[in-house]
Amino acid sequence: MDFWTDPYLFLVNWLQELLVGWGVPAATSAFLLMLTGAFILAMGAMLFVLGLIWFERKIAGRFQDRFGPNRIGPWGIIQPLADMLKIFTKEHITPDGVDLVPYNLGPVLSVAAVLAVWAVLPFTLSLVGADLDVSVLYVVAIGGLGEIAVVLSGWGSNNKYALLAAFRSVAQLLSYEVPLVIALLVPVMLSGSLSLNDIVRGQTLPYVILAPVAAFVFFLTSIAEVGRSPFDLTEAESELVAGFNIEYSGLKFGMFYVADFLHAFTISLLFAVLFLGGWQGPYAVQYPMLGLLWFFLKAGVVYFIGVWMRVSFPRFRIDQMMAISWKLLTPLAIAAVILTALIAKLIPTDGILRTGSLLAANLLLAGCAMLALILNRKKKILKEFPLSAASGFSVKDVTGKTQRSAQ
Amino acid sequence: MNAAQVIFILAAAITLFSALMVVSVRRMMHAALWLIVTLLGVAVLFVLLQAGFFAVVQVLFYVGAIAILIIFAVMLTRQVMSEKAPQLNRGWVAGLGVSAGLMVILALVLRNFPGSTATAVADPSAGNAVALGLAFSDPSGFAIPFEVASILLVAALIGTIYIALERKGGEQ
Repeated sequence: MDFWTDPYLFLVNWLQELLVGWGVPAATSAFLLMLTGAFILAMGAMLFVLGLIWFERKIAGRFQDRFGPNRIGPWGIIQPLADMLKIFTKEHITPDGVDLVPYNLGPVLSVAAVLAVWAVLPFTLSLVGADLDVSVLYVVAIGGLGEIAVVLSGWGSNNKYALLAAFRSVAQLLSYEVPLVIALLVPVMLSGSLSLNDIVRGQTLPYVILAPVAAFVFFLTSIAEVGRSPFDLTEAESELVAGFNIEYSGLKFGMFYVADFLHAFTISLLFAVLFLGGWQGPYAVQYPMLGLLWFFLKAGVVYFIGVWMRVSFPRFRIDQMMAISWKLLTPLAIAAVILTALIAKLIPTDGILRTGSLLAANLLLAGCAMLALILNRKKKILKEFPLSAASGFSVKDVTGKTQRSAQ
Repeated sequence: MNAAQVIFILAAAITLFSALMVVSVRRMMHAALWLIVTLLGVAVLFVLLQAGFFAVVQVLFYVGAIAILIIFAVMLTRQVMSEKAPQLNRGWVAGLGVSAGLMVILALVLRNFPGSTATAVADPSAGNAVALGLAFSDPSGFAIPFEVASILLVAALIGTIYIALERKGGEQ
Protein backbone atom coordinates (compact mmCIF):
# COMPACT_ATOMS: atom_id res chain seq x y z
CA MET A 1 0.00 0.00 0.00
CA ASP A 2 1.59 3.20 -1.17
CA PHE A 3 1.03 6.40 0.78
CA TRP A 4 0.35 8.53 -2.27
CA THR A 5 -2.31 6.31 -3.89
CA ASP A 6 -4.53 6.19 -0.79
CA PRO A 7 -3.20 8.01 2.28
CA TYR A 8 -6.32 7.13 4.28
CA LEU A 9 -6.02 3.33 3.96
CA PHE A 10 -2.24 3.64 4.44
CA LEU A 11 -2.73 5.53 7.68
CA VAL A 12 -5.38 3.11 8.96
CA ASN A 13 -3.23 0.07 8.19
CA TRP A 14 -0.16 1.68 9.75
CA LEU A 15 -2.03 2.58 12.96
CA GLN A 16 -3.58 -0.88 13.13
CA GLU A 17 -0.18 -2.55 12.81
CA LEU A 18 1.28 -0.14 15.35
CA LEU A 19 -1.42 -0.92 17.93
CA VAL A 20 -1.20 -4.68 17.33
CA GLY A 21 2.60 -4.37 17.63
CA TRP A 22 2.11 -2.79 21.05
CA GLY A 23 0.18 -5.87 22.13
CA VAL A 24 -3.39 -4.54 21.77
CA PRO A 25 -5.77 -7.29 20.55
CA ALA A 26 -6.86 -6.86 16.90
CA ALA A 27 -10.56 -6.42 17.72
CA THR A 28 -9.84 -3.78 20.38
CA SER A 29 -7.49 -1.85 18.14
CA ALA A 30 -10.08 -1.85 15.34
CA PHE A 31 -12.62 -0.52 17.85
CA LEU A 32 -10.18 2.19 19.01
CA LEU A 33 -9.54 3.22 15.41
CA MET A 34 -13.31 3.40 14.75
CA LEU A 35 -13.73 5.59 17.84
CA THR A 36 -10.93 7.90 16.71
CA GLY A 37 -12.41 8.07 13.22
CA ALA A 38 -15.86 8.93 14.57
CA PHE A 39 -14.35 11.66 16.76
CA ILE A 40 -12.37 13.17 13.88
CA LEU A 41 -15.38 13.03 11.55
CA ALA A 42 -17.70 14.71 14.07
CA MET A 43 -15.17 17.40 14.99
CA GLY A 44 -14.32 17.97 11.34
CA ALA A 45 -17.97 18.37 10.43
CA MET A 46 -18.60 20.82 13.29
CA LEU A 47 -15.55 22.92 12.39
CA PHE A 48 -16.50 22.77 8.72
CA VAL A 49 -19.62 24.72 9.68
CA LEU A 50 -17.43 27.74 10.42
CA GLY A 51 -16.34 27.81 6.80
CA LEU A 52 -19.91 27.23 5.63
CA ILE A 53 -21.28 30.18 7.60
CA TRP A 54 -18.65 32.46 6.10
CA PHE A 55 -19.33 31.10 2.58
CA GLU A 56 -23.06 31.56 2.90
CA ARG A 57 -22.91 35.06 4.41
CA LYS A 58 -20.45 36.17 1.76
CA ILE A 59 -22.57 34.82 -1.09
CA ALA A 60 -25.79 36.18 0.39
CA GLY A 61 -24.04 39.54 0.67
CA ARG A 62 -23.01 39.52 -2.98
CA PHE A 63 -26.51 38.56 -4.08
CA GLN A 64 -27.94 41.45 -2.11
CA ASP A 65 -25.39 43.93 -3.48
CA ARG A 66 -23.33 44.34 -0.32
CA PHE A 67 -19.98 43.03 0.89
CA GLY A 68 -20.94 40.54 3.58
CA PRO A 69 -18.47 40.04 6.44
CA ASN A 70 -15.27 41.94 5.55
CA ARG A 71 -13.78 43.27 8.81
CA ILE A 72 -12.01 40.39 10.55
CA GLY A 73 -9.20 38.79 8.58
CA PRO A 74 -8.81 38.85 4.79
CA TRP A 75 -12.31 38.88 3.19
CA GLY A 76 -13.78 38.54 6.68
CA ILE A 77 -12.77 34.92 6.80
CA ILE A 78 -12.27 34.85 10.59
CA GLN A 79 -15.70 36.38 11.28
CA PRO A 80 -17.37 33.01 12.14
CA LEU A 81 -14.59 32.29 14.64
CA ALA A 82 -15.29 35.60 16.37
CA ASP A 83 -19.02 34.81 16.34
CA MET A 84 -18.30 31.41 17.84
CA LEU A 85 -16.21 32.90 20.66
CA LYS A 86 -18.95 35.42 21.32
CA ILE A 87 -21.60 32.72 21.59
CA PHE A 88 -19.39 30.72 23.97
CA THR A 89 -19.28 33.63 26.38
CA LYS A 90 -23.02 34.32 26.33
CA GLU A 91 -25.10 33.62 29.40
CA HIS A 92 -27.16 30.43 29.61
CA ILE A 93 -30.69 31.41 30.48
CA THR A 94 -33.11 28.66 31.44
CA PRO A 95 -36.62 30.12 31.39
CA ASP A 96 -39.07 29.46 34.20
CA GLY A 97 -41.23 26.35 33.93
CA VAL A 98 -39.31 24.50 31.23
CA ASP A 99 -39.39 20.72 31.10
CA LEU A 100 -35.69 20.28 31.85
CA VAL A 101 -34.80 17.01 30.11
CA PRO A 102 -36.60 17.67 26.79
CA TYR A 103 -35.46 21.31 26.85
CA ASN A 104 -31.81 20.35 27.10
CA LEU A 105 -32.02 17.28 24.91
CA GLY A 106 -33.51 19.22 21.96
CA PRO A 107 -30.39 21.09 20.76
CA VAL A 108 -28.13 18.08 21.32
CA LEU A 109 -30.39 15.74 19.35
CA SER A 110 -30.79 18.22 16.49
CA VAL A 111 -27.01 18.31 15.93
CA ALA A 112 -26.62 14.57 16.55
CA ALA A 113 -29.30 13.71 14.00
CA VAL A 114 -27.36 15.59 11.31
CA LEU A 115 -23.92 14.32 12.34
CA ALA A 116 -25.20 10.73 12.31
CA VAL A 117 -25.80 11.03 8.56
CA TRP A 118 -22.07 11.69 8.03
CA ALA A 119 -21.36 8.22 9.42
CA VAL A 120 -22.62 6.50 6.26
CA LEU A 121 -21.60 9.02 3.58
CA PRO A 122 -19.10 7.60 1.07
CA PHE A 123 -16.47 10.37 0.99
CA THR A 124 -14.10 8.47 -1.28
CA LEU A 125 -13.87 4.96 -2.66
CA SER A 126 -12.38 3.75 0.63
CA LEU A 127 -13.26 6.47 3.14
CA VAL A 128 -16.68 5.41 4.46
CA GLY A 129 -17.56 5.49 8.14
CA ALA A 130 -19.93 2.54 8.12
CA ASP A 131 -20.67 0.84 4.81
CA LEU A 132 -24.23 -0.24 5.73
CA ASP A 133 -26.18 -2.23 3.16
CA VAL A 134 -29.26 -0.14 3.97
CA SER A 135 -27.64 3.28 4.31
CA VAL A 136 -30.29 5.05 2.19
CA LEU A 137 -33.00 3.98 4.64
CA TYR A 138 -30.69 4.85 7.53
CA VAL A 139 -30.39 8.42 6.29
CA VAL A 140 -34.18 8.76 6.13
CA ALA A 141 -34.65 7.16 9.55
CA ILE A 142 -32.11 9.46 11.20
CA GLY A 143 -34.07 12.39 9.76
CA GLY A 144 -36.90 11.24 12.05
CA LEU A 145 -34.69 11.93 15.06
CA GLY A 146 -34.40 15.54 13.87
CA GLU A 147 -38.19 15.80 14.02
CA ILE A 148 -38.13 14.44 17.56
CA ALA A 149 -35.59 17.14 18.46
CA VAL A 150 -37.93 19.83 17.13
CA VAL A 151 -40.86 18.44 19.13
CA LEU A 152 -38.73 18.13 22.27
CA SER A 153 -37.50 21.71 22.15
CA GLY A 154 -40.90 23.11 21.20
CA TRP A 155 -42.61 21.27 24.02
CA GLY A 156 -39.86 21.66 26.60
CA SER A 157 -39.64 25.44 26.20
CA ASN A 158 -43.03 26.00 27.89
CA ASN A 159 -43.85 28.68 25.34
CA LYS A 160 -46.95 28.85 23.14
CA TYR A 161 -45.09 30.26 20.16
CA ALA A 162 -42.37 27.62 20.40
CA LEU A 163 -44.99 24.87 20.56
CA LEU A 164 -46.95 26.27 17.61
CA ALA A 165 -43.76 26.60 15.59
CA ALA A 166 -42.80 23.03 16.48
CA PHE A 167 -46.21 21.80 15.29
CA ARG A 168 -45.84 23.70 12.07
CA SER A 169 -42.28 22.57 11.57
CA VAL A 170 -43.05 18.90 12.12
CA ALA A 171 -46.09 19.11 9.84
CA GLN A 172 -43.77 20.47 7.13
CA LEU A 173 -41.05 17.89 7.78
CA LEU A 174 -43.50 14.98 7.73
CA SER A 175 -45.26 16.13 4.55
CA TYR A 176 -42.04 16.68 2.67
CA GLU A 177 -40.61 13.37 3.83
CA VAL A 178 -43.17 11.58 1.63
CA PRO A 179 -41.98 12.90 -1.79
CA LEU A 180 -38.37 12.81 -0.53
CA VAL A 181 -38.51 9.09 0.20
CA ILE A 182 -40.36 8.32 -3.04
CA ALA A 183 -37.79 10.30 -5.04
CA LEU A 184 -35.01 8.40 -3.23
CA LEU A 185 -36.42 5.19 -4.69
CA VAL A 186 -35.35 6.19 -8.21
CA PRO A 187 -31.56 6.06 -7.65
CA VAL A 188 -32.11 2.93 -5.58
CA MET A 189 -33.91 1.27 -8.51
CA LEU A 190 -31.35 2.44 -11.05
CA SER A 191 -28.40 1.12 -9.03
CA GLY A 192 -30.20 -1.90 -7.56
CA SER A 193 -28.83 -1.25 -4.09
CA LEU A 194 -29.76 0.49 -0.83
CA SER A 195 -26.10 1.22 -0.07
CA LEU A 196 -24.91 4.76 -0.77
CA ASN A 197 -21.47 3.59 -1.84
CA ASP A 198 -23.00 1.14 -4.37
CA ILE A 199 -25.20 3.95 -5.68
CA VAL A 200 -22.09 6.06 -6.27
CA ARG A 201 -20.28 3.13 -7.91
CA GLY A 202 -23.26 2.61 -10.24
CA GLN A 203 -23.11 6.18 -11.53
CA THR A 204 -20.77 6.05 -14.49
CA LEU A 205 -23.34 8.49 -15.83
CA PRO A 206 -24.74 10.73 -13.06
CA TYR A 207 -28.34 9.91 -12.23
CA VAL A 208 -29.32 13.54 -12.63
CA ILE A 209 -29.25 12.81 -16.38
CA LEU A 210 -31.19 9.55 -16.08
CA ALA A 211 -33.70 10.88 -13.55
CA PRO A 212 -33.95 14.68 -13.69
CA VAL A 213 -37.50 14.73 -12.31
CA ALA A 214 -36.53 12.70 -9.25
CA ALA A 215 -33.49 14.94 -8.77
CA PHE A 216 -35.70 18.03 -8.95
CA VAL A 217 -38.18 16.61 -6.43
CA PHE A 218 -35.34 15.57 -4.14
CA PHE A 219 -33.73 18.99 -4.32
CA LEU A 220 -36.95 20.89 -3.50
CA THR A 221 -37.94 18.52 -0.70
CA SER A 222 -34.45 18.63 0.77
CA ILE A 223 -34.64 22.43 0.98
CA ALA A 224 -38.01 22.06 2.73
CA GLU A 225 -36.54 19.45 5.08
CA VAL A 226 -33.82 21.91 6.08
CA GLY A 227 -36.50 24.57 6.53
CA ARG A 228 -34.76 27.22 4.47
CA SER A 229 -36.33 29.92 2.38
CA PRO A 230 -38.72 29.67 0.52
CA PHE A 231 -39.83 27.00 3.00
CA ASP A 232 -38.76 28.83 6.17
CA LEU A 233 -42.26 29.02 7.64
CA THR A 234 -41.06 27.95 11.05
CA GLU A 235 -38.93 31.05 11.24
CA ALA A 236 -41.85 33.38 10.46
CA GLU A 237 -40.67 36.33 12.58
CA SER A 238 -43.96 38.17 12.23
CA GLU A 239 -46.14 35.35 13.58
CA LEU A 240 -43.98 32.99 15.57
CA VAL A 241 -41.21 35.34 16.69
CA ALA A 242 -38.39 33.01 15.67
CA GLY A 243 -39.61 29.45 15.67
CA PHE A 244 -39.29 26.53 18.03
CA ASN A 245 -35.90 27.73 19.31
CA ILE A 246 -37.18 31.05 20.68
CA GLU A 247 -36.48 30.22 24.34
CA TYR A 248 -32.88 29.17 23.78
CA SER A 249 -29.87 31.38 24.31
CA GLY A 250 -26.11 31.16 24.26
CA LEU A 251 -24.55 27.90 23.27
CA LYS A 252 -27.86 26.02 23.09
CA PHE A 253 -29.07 28.42 20.44
CA GLY A 254 -25.68 28.01 18.79
CA MET A 255 -26.34 24.28 18.56
CA PHE A 256 -29.51 24.91 16.55
CA TYR A 257 -27.59 27.35 14.38
CA VAL A 258 -24.85 24.78 13.72
CA ALA A 259 -27.45 22.07 13.06
CA ASP A 260 -29.20 24.30 10.52
CA PHE A 261 -26.07 25.03 8.48
CA LEU A 262 -24.71 21.51 8.79
CA HIS A 263 -28.05 20.03 7.75
CA ALA A 264 -28.16 22.25 4.68
CA PHE A 265 -24.71 21.09 3.61
CA THR A 266 -25.36 17.45 4.52
CA ILE A 267 -28.41 17.46 2.28
CA SER A 268 -26.24 18.89 -0.52
CA LEU A 269 -23.74 16.08 0.08
CA LEU A 270 -26.60 13.58 -0.16
CA PHE A 271 -27.78 15.14 -3.41
CA ALA A 272 -24.22 14.82 -4.74
CA VAL A 273 -24.11 11.16 -3.68
CA LEU A 274 -27.50 10.22 -5.11
CA PHE A 275 -27.65 12.22 -8.32
CA LEU A 276 -24.23 13.69 -9.18
CA GLY A 277 -22.03 10.65 -8.74
CA GLY A 278 -20.49 11.39 -5.34
CA TRP A 279 -16.72 10.93 -5.46
CA GLN A 280 -16.73 9.86 -9.12
CA GLY A 281 -14.52 12.01 -11.30
CA PRO A 282 -11.23 11.97 -13.20
CA TYR A 283 -8.62 9.76 -11.43
CA ALA A 284 -10.96 9.16 -8.46
CA VAL A 285 -10.43 5.39 -8.57
CA GLN A 286 -6.63 5.52 -8.88
CA TYR A 287 -6.21 8.26 -6.28
CA PRO A 288 -9.22 7.99 -3.93
CA MET A 289 -8.33 11.19 -2.05
CA LEU A 290 -9.03 13.12 -5.24
CA GLY A 291 -12.60 11.77 -4.95
CA LEU A 292 -13.01 13.80 -1.76
CA LEU A 293 -12.31 16.96 -3.73
CA TRP A 294 -14.82 16.06 -6.48
CA PHE A 295 -17.40 15.14 -3.85
CA PHE A 296 -17.12 18.41 -1.95
CA LEU A 297 -16.99 20.44 -5.16
CA LYS A 298 -20.26 18.89 -6.36
CA ALA A 299 -21.88 19.37 -2.96
CA GLY A 300 -20.60 22.95 -2.92
CA VAL A 301 -22.34 23.69 -6.22
CA VAL A 302 -25.62 22.25 -4.87
CA TYR A 303 -25.20 24.28 -1.68
CA PHE A 304 -24.55 27.40 -3.73
CA ILE A 305 -27.83 26.89 -5.62
CA GLY A 306 -29.59 26.42 -2.27
CA VAL A 307 -28.18 29.73 -0.99
CA TRP A 308 -29.15 31.37 -4.28
CA MET A 309 -32.76 30.24 -3.76
CA ARG A 310 -32.64 31.31 -0.13
CA VAL A 311 -31.71 34.88 -0.89
CA SER A 312 -33.92 35.18 -3.98
CA PHE A 313 -37.38 33.82 -3.21
CA PRO A 314 -40.05 35.09 -0.82
CA ARG A 315 -41.56 32.74 1.73
CA PHE A 316 -44.51 30.49 0.84
CA ARG A 317 -47.80 30.65 2.70
CA ILE A 318 -48.57 27.53 4.71
CA ASP A 319 -51.37 26.38 2.38
CA GLN A 320 -49.10 26.88 -0.63
CA MET A 321 -46.37 24.92 1.12
CA MET A 322 -48.70 21.99 1.83
CA ALA A 323 -50.17 22.12 -1.68
CA ILE A 324 -46.72 21.97 -3.27
CA SER A 325 -45.88 18.85 -1.31
CA TRP A 326 -49.11 16.91 -1.60
CA LYS A 327 -50.53 18.09 -4.91
CA LEU A 328 -47.38 18.58 -6.97
CA LEU A 329 -44.27 16.85 -5.64
CA THR A 330 -45.85 13.63 -4.33
CA PRO A 331 -47.73 12.74 -7.56
CA LEU A 332 -44.68 13.79 -9.59
CA ALA A 333 -42.40 11.55 -7.56
CA ILE A 334 -44.80 8.59 -7.80
CA ALA A 335 -45.08 9.06 -11.59
CA ALA A 336 -41.27 9.25 -11.86
CA VAL A 337 -40.89 6.02 -9.88
CA ILE A 338 -43.45 4.18 -12.06
CA LEU A 339 -41.88 5.45 -15.30
CA THR A 340 -38.35 4.58 -14.17
CA ALA A 341 -39.42 1.11 -13.05
CA LEU A 342 -41.15 0.41 -16.37
CA ILE A 343 -38.29 1.62 -18.57
CA ALA A 344 -35.52 0.12 -16.45
CA LYS A 345 -37.30 -3.25 -16.62
CA LEU A 346 -38.06 -3.03 -20.36
CA ILE A 347 -34.48 -2.01 -21.32
CA PRO A 348 -32.31 -3.77 -18.74
CA THR A 349 -28.94 -3.20 -20.45
CA ASP A 350 -27.01 0.02 -20.04
CA GLY A 351 -26.56 2.04 -23.18
CA ILE A 352 -27.66 4.97 -25.26
CA LEU A 353 -31.18 3.50 -25.72
CA ARG A 354 -31.83 3.20 -21.98
CA THR A 355 -30.37 6.61 -21.21
CA GLY A 356 -32.29 8.23 -24.05
CA SER A 357 -35.64 6.70 -23.19
CA LEU A 358 -35.26 7.47 -19.47
CA LEU A 359 -34.38 11.07 -20.28
CA ALA A 360 -37.24 11.39 -22.80
CA ALA A 361 -39.76 9.93 -20.35
CA ASN A 362 -38.57 12.33 -17.64
CA LEU A 363 -38.81 15.33 -19.94
CA LEU A 364 -42.30 14.24 -21.02
CA LEU A 365 -43.33 13.94 -17.37
CA ALA A 366 -41.93 17.37 -16.56
CA GLY A 367 -43.80 18.83 -19.56
CA CYS A 368 -47.09 17.24 -18.42
CA ALA A 369 -46.58 18.62 -14.92
CA MET A 370 -45.94 22.12 -16.28
CA LEU A 371 -49.04 21.93 -18.48
CA ALA A 372 -51.17 20.76 -15.54
CA LEU A 373 -49.84 23.65 -13.44
CA ILE A 374 -50.65 26.23 -16.10
CA LEU A 375 -54.18 24.87 -16.66
CA ASN A 376 -54.76 24.72 -12.93
CA ARG A 377 -53.62 28.31 -12.54
CA LYS A 378 -56.11 29.53 -15.17
CA LYS A 379 -58.93 27.63 -13.49
CA LYS A 380 -58.00 29.04 -10.11
CA ILE A 381 -57.93 32.61 -11.39
CA LEU A 382 -61.36 32.16 -13.00
CA LYS A 383 -62.62 30.96 -9.65
CA GLU A 384 -61.10 33.82 -7.72
CA PHE A 385 -62.16 36.50 -10.21
CA PRO A 386 -65.49 35.21 -11.57
CA LEU A 387 -66.31 38.63 -13.04
CA SER A 388 -63.34 38.55 -15.35
CA ALA A 389 -65.11 36.14 -17.70
CA ALA A 390 -68.39 38.13 -17.69
CA SER A 391 -66.98 41.63 -17.95
CA GLY A 392 -65.11 41.08 -21.15
CA PHE A 393 -61.61 40.49 -19.81
CA SER A 394 -60.07 37.42 -21.30
CA VAL A 395 -58.43 35.01 -18.90
CA LYS A 396 -55.13 35.72 -20.54
CA ASP A 397 -55.29 39.40 -19.57
CA VAL A 398 -55.92 38.54 -15.96
CA THR A 399 -53.13 36.02 -15.78
CA GLY A 400 -50.81 38.51 -17.38
CA LYS A 401 -51.78 41.13 -14.84
CA THR A 402 -51.46 38.93 -11.78
CA GLN A 403 -48.15 37.63 -12.98
CA ARG A 404 -46.84 41.12 -13.45
CA SER A 405 -48.04 42.25 -10.05
CA ALA A 406 -46.51 39.23 -8.40
CA GLN A 407 -43.11 39.96 -9.85
CA MET B 1 -18.61 -12.24 28.27
CA ASN B 2 -17.84 -10.42 25.04
CA ALA B 3 -18.66 -6.91 23.90
CA ALA B 4 -21.87 -7.93 22.09
CA GLN B 5 -23.24 -9.49 25.29
CA VAL B 6 -22.42 -6.38 27.32
CA ILE B 7 -24.19 -4.19 24.76
CA PHE B 8 -27.15 -6.60 24.69
CA ILE B 9 -27.56 -6.51 28.48
CA LEU B 10 -27.30 -2.72 28.54
CA ALA B 11 -29.77 -2.28 25.67
CA ALA B 12 -32.21 -4.81 27.12
CA ALA B 13 -32.05 -3.17 30.55
CA ILE B 14 -32.65 0.30 29.09
CA THR B 15 -35.51 -1.01 26.94
CA LEU B 16 -37.22 -2.73 29.87
CA PHE B 17 -36.69 0.20 32.23
CA SER B 18 -38.06 2.74 29.77
CA ALA B 19 -41.01 0.46 28.97
CA LEU B 20 -41.76 0.40 32.69
CA MET B 21 -41.49 4.19 32.80
CA VAL B 22 -43.95 4.50 29.88
CA VAL B 23 -46.72 2.98 31.99
CA SER B 24 -45.69 4.43 35.34
CA VAL B 25 -44.74 8.10 34.91
CA ARG B 26 -47.51 10.55 35.73
CA ARG B 27 -47.04 13.12 32.97
CA MET B 28 -48.36 11.77 29.69
CA MET B 29 -45.85 13.71 27.62
CA HIS B 30 -42.99 12.07 29.50
CA ALA B 31 -44.58 8.68 28.91
CA ALA B 32 -44.56 9.38 25.16
CA LEU B 33 -40.89 10.39 25.35
CA TRP B 34 -39.98 7.25 27.30
CA LEU B 35 -41.76 5.26 24.59
CA ILE B 36 -39.26 6.67 22.08
CA VAL B 37 -36.40 5.38 24.24
CA THR B 38 -38.07 1.95 24.33
CA LEU B 39 -38.45 1.88 20.55
CA LEU B 40 -34.81 2.93 20.06
CA GLY B 41 -33.76 0.15 22.45
CA VAL B 42 -35.63 -2.38 20.32
CA ALA B 43 -33.78 -1.01 17.28
CA VAL B 44 -30.47 -1.66 19.05
CA LEU B 45 -31.59 -5.26 19.70
CA PHE B 46 -32.28 -5.65 15.96
CA VAL B 47 -28.76 -4.38 15.21
CA LEU B 48 -27.31 -6.97 17.61
CA LEU B 49 -29.27 -9.67 15.75
CA GLN B 50 -27.56 -8.47 12.54
CA ALA B 51 -30.94 -7.40 11.13
CA GLY B 52 -29.83 -3.94 10.00
CA PHE B 53 -32.84 -3.51 7.74
CA PHE B 54 -35.29 -4.07 10.59
CA ALA B 55 -33.33 -1.79 12.91
CA VAL B 56 -33.50 1.04 10.39
CA VAL B 57 -37.18 0.41 9.62
CA GLN B 58 -37.92 0.36 13.35
CA VAL B 59 -36.42 3.83 13.74
CA LEU B 60 -37.98 5.09 10.50
CA PHE B 61 -41.56 4.07 11.22
CA TYR B 62 -41.86 3.78 14.97
CA VAL B 63 -39.69 6.70 16.06
CA GLY B 64 -40.02 8.88 12.98
CA ALA B 65 -43.74 8.50 12.35
CA ILE B 66 -45.72 6.66 15.02
CA ALA B 67 -44.03 8.26 18.05
CA ILE B 68 -44.54 11.71 16.53
CA LEU B 69 -48.21 10.88 15.95
CA ILE B 70 -48.54 9.72 19.56
CA ILE B 71 -46.89 12.94 20.79
CA PHE B 72 -49.37 15.00 18.76
CA ALA B 73 -52.26 12.98 20.17
CA VAL B 74 -50.92 13.46 23.71
CA MET B 75 -50.56 17.20 23.20
CA LEU B 76 -54.21 17.41 22.18
CA THR B 77 -55.51 15.58 25.26
CA ARG B 78 -56.78 17.28 28.42
CA GLN B 79 -54.77 17.39 31.63
CA VAL B 80 -51.56 16.88 29.68
CA MET B 81 -49.55 19.04 32.08
CA SER B 82 -51.16 17.72 35.24
CA GLU B 83 -49.37 15.33 37.54
CA LYS B 84 -52.49 14.59 39.56
CA ALA B 85 -54.55 12.84 36.91
CA PRO B 86 -55.51 9.30 37.93
CA GLN B 87 -53.43 6.65 36.23
CA LEU B 88 -55.97 3.87 36.55
CA ASN B 89 -59.57 3.71 35.42
CA ARG B 90 -62.29 1.28 36.45
CA GLY B 91 -61.19 -1.38 34.00
CA TRP B 92 -57.81 -1.98 35.61
CA VAL B 93 -58.77 -5.39 37.07
CA ALA B 94 -59.87 -6.68 33.66
CA GLY B 95 -56.71 -5.23 32.09
CA LEU B 96 -54.55 -6.97 34.66
CA GLY B 97 -56.35 -10.26 33.98
CA VAL B 98 -55.93 -10.02 30.21
CA SER B 99 -52.25 -9.11 30.39
CA ALA B 100 -51.55 -11.86 32.93
CA GLY B 101 -53.25 -14.35 30.58
CA LEU B 102 -51.18 -13.07 27.66
CA MET B 103 -48.03 -13.39 29.75
CA VAL B 104 -48.87 -17.05 30.55
CA ILE B 105 -49.52 -17.86 26.88
CA LEU B 106 -46.25 -16.18 25.84
CA ALA B 107 -44.33 -18.08 28.51
CA LEU B 108 -45.84 -21.38 27.32
CA VAL B 109 -44.97 -20.63 23.70
CA LEU B 110 -41.45 -19.48 24.50
CA ARG B 111 -40.76 -22.59 26.61
CA ASN B 112 -40.93 -24.71 23.48
CA PHE B 113 -39.11 -22.15 21.31
CA PRO B 114 -35.87 -23.73 20.08
CA GLY B 115 -34.20 -20.37 19.40
CA SER B 116 -33.29 -19.75 23.04
CA THR B 117 -30.97 -22.77 23.24
CA ALA B 118 -29.83 -23.20 19.62
CA THR B 119 -26.61 -21.52 18.51
CA ALA B 120 -27.09 -18.76 15.98
CA VAL B 121 -26.08 -19.46 12.40
CA ALA B 122 -24.93 -15.98 11.50
CA ASP B 123 -24.18 -15.35 7.86
CA PRO B 124 -22.95 -11.77 7.66
CA SER B 125 -22.09 -12.14 3.98
CA ALA B 126 -25.76 -12.47 2.98
CA GLY B 127 -27.35 -9.10 2.20
CA ASN B 128 -30.34 -8.94 4.51
CA ALA B 129 -32.23 -6.41 2.45
CA VAL B 130 -31.68 -8.33 -0.79
CA ALA B 131 -32.83 -11.61 0.75
CA LEU B 132 -35.89 -9.88 2.18
CA GLY B 133 -36.80 -8.28 -1.14
CA LEU B 134 -36.46 -11.58 -3.00
CA ALA B 135 -38.61 -13.35 -0.40
CA PHE B 136 -41.32 -10.71 -0.75
CA SER B 137 -41.48 -11.00 -4.54
CA ASP B 138 -41.14 -14.79 -4.69
CA PRO B 139 -44.52 -16.56 -5.23
CA SER B 140 -43.31 -19.53 -3.17
CA GLY B 141 -42.03 -17.12 -0.52
CA PHE B 142 -44.08 -14.34 1.01
CA ALA B 143 -45.57 -12.74 -2.10
CA ILE B 144 -49.21 -13.39 -1.10
CA PRO B 145 -48.97 -12.19 2.53
CA PHE B 146 -47.05 -9.15 1.29
CA GLU B 147 -49.71 -8.27 -1.28
CA VAL B 148 -52.54 -8.88 1.20
CA ALA B 149 -50.85 -6.58 3.70
CA SER B 150 -50.47 -3.87 1.08
CA ILE B 151 -54.16 -4.18 0.11
CA LEU B 152 -55.04 -3.82 3.79
CA LEU B 153 -52.95 -0.65 4.02
CA VAL B 154 -54.54 0.80 0.88
CA ALA B 155 -57.97 0.04 2.33
CA ALA B 156 -56.98 1.88 5.51
CA LEU B 157 -55.80 4.86 3.43
CA ILE B 158 -59.03 4.98 1.43
CA GLY B 159 -61.02 4.72 4.66
CA THR B 160 -59.15 7.68 6.11
CA ILE B 161 -59.79 9.78 3.02
CA TYR B 162 -63.49 8.83 3.12
CA ILE B 163 -63.86 9.87 6.77
CA ALA B 164 -62.03 13.15 6.18
CA LEU B 165 -64.10 13.98 3.09
CA GLU B 166 -67.42 13.27 4.79
CA ARG B 167 -66.65 15.63 7.64
CA LYS B 168 -65.76 18.35 5.21
CA GLY B 169 -69.05 17.83 3.34
CA GLY B 170 -71.03 18.03 6.56
CA GLU B 171 -69.71 21.50 7.28
CA GLN B 172 -70.77 22.92 3.95
